[in-house]
Amino acid sequence: MQKVITTDKLTKTFGNFTAVNAISFDVYKGEIFGFLGANGAGKTTAIRMLCGLSKPTSGSGTVADFDIARQSEQVKKNIGYMSQKFSLYDDLKVWENLRLFGGIYGMKEREIAEKTDKILAELGFESERETLVKSLPLGWKQKLAFSVSIFHEPKIVFLDEPTGGVDPVTRRQFWELIYEAAERGITVFVTTHYMDEAEYCNRVSIMVDGKIEALNTPKNLRKQFNASNMDEVFQKLARKATRGDN
Amino acid sequence: MKAIQLNNISLKYKEVTALQDVSFEVERGELFGLIGPDGSGKTSLFRILTTLLLADSGQAAVDGLDVVKNYKEIREKVGYMPGRFSLYQDLTVEENLNFFAAVFNTTIKENYYLIEDIYRQLEPFKTRRAGKLSGGMKQKLALSCALIHKPSVLFLDEPTTGVDPVSRKDFWGMLKKLKQQGITILVSTPYMDEAALCDRIALINKGKILQINTPENITANYPRPLYAAESNDNYSLLKELRQNPKVRSAYIFGEAIHVTLNEQLTMNNEQFMEITPTIEDCFIELLKE
Repeated sequence: MQKVITTDKLTKTFGNFTAVNAISFDVYKGEIFGFLGANGAGKTTAIRMLCGLSKPTSGSGTVADFDIARQSEQVKKNIGYMSQKFSLYDDLKVWENLRLFGGIYGMKEREIAEKTDKILAELGFESERETLVKSLPLGWKQKLAFSVSIFHEPKIVFLDEPTGGVDPVTRRQFWELIYEAAERGITVFVTTHYMDEAEYCNRVSIMVDGKIEALNTPKNLRKQFNASNMDEVFQKLARKATRGDN
Repeated sequence: MKAIQLNNISLKYKEVTALQDVSFEVERGELFGLIGPDGSGKTSLFRILTTLLLADSGQAAVDGLDVVKNYKEIREKVGYMPGRFSLYQDLTVEENLNFFAAVFNTTIKENYYLIEDIYRQLEPFKTRRAGKLSGGMKQKLALSCALIHKPSVLFLDEPTTGVDPVSRKDFWGMLKKLKQQGITILVSTPYMDEAALCDRIALINKGKILQINTPENITANYPRPLYAAESNDNYSLLKELRQNPKVRSAYIFGEAIHVTLNEQLTMNNEQFMEITPTIEDCFIELLKE
């Protein structure tokens, strides 16, 4: 299987605090990979390194075959990113957001126009083309934000708590978009605080105090930790944390 | 006298309906949950009950006091933890707590027993500015500040949003203890799994109450048999089920697909069994109606 992310003893320290402590793991093409951990476990620092936004203190990693320390610009071009906090520009219309992000990633005008039509049709958003993003309901915004994050067909998309606050029906529609993207070969790297969503991932890693303490399929993790669901697995592991989220 | 009473409360923001004929009562000492997604009207309801916002129509009372006529008395008696962190970022942990105690004419000492369990975890950081605390610590400080004057009713607007599962569980443990002290608690959450921890819940969506009952009764009232199906490739199974005319609905749920039927279905290979619905299944069913 083709590897899309590799890390080898990837480490980040701030002064004498080790935020990410020698993590090593691989993520494969088309995989939905859940990256879990309690607040303060080091997830955000790890993601920032993988996205080329922060240089590792030691160890190494590649994303889409580019070195995250030396080729951070190429890394950025080949990934998509979406978080609950930031994703779209509220004061731009739906089509303007797509146009802007397409342009930033160097897509041609024609390509942007064609893809815009296609995405709006798939989402059933044709009638909202001229709508300002700020007047869309939250659930629509999140679905649109996801489509924007994979608009330039990145090899991998990072989703940082993408489904916070939406109703359970919309949350599931969002996950079906994730499944579709993964089927097309886009690798999905996702963090979430909803433990039922951890079950939707092909494999899940759980970080505790800067280290990856467990990595496996949800089924195997449940077996390994003698738990009936992922919430129990998470509670068992995260309770061992000593550094807390200060 | 009920702790909280709402009678046909309605509110509009320009064209948008925030609340539509909302009526319910919360008993004294009850832990009552308001369960619904963002934009369902939860925060508007909290702001009306804490006298920070006027409804367009309807009546509401807290501790028998009218939210319009007796707003000053209500403000002295209730504790409110808004969804957005709203303590003084430039004051230290201890200064914030002292300030809230002073505003309500009390001291930290007087009601320390109420916040002891929570505040003890914060004490090592009492000289740290509130703005420099982590999310979990901010949440504990905000709860301490809302409690320091021993309120009779505590309003908690999405206290666990964005908080990891371990801290969420701890937080609900704290609420249980407060309930034992006799404090009435109205708490909102978008996490359906937390609903089971309340005495009674109201499911709310788009400003309307969908159902009010104990969590047990809500799940018991689920109108039809619910099945769980599982395979090694749940997404393929989901698509297959949706194409089957015998299937009424199918959606992913944790490690399984939850299914309701139009008529009896025999499944080969995959595990297929009847299950007890969760609150989240009930919410999905109510949204479908």
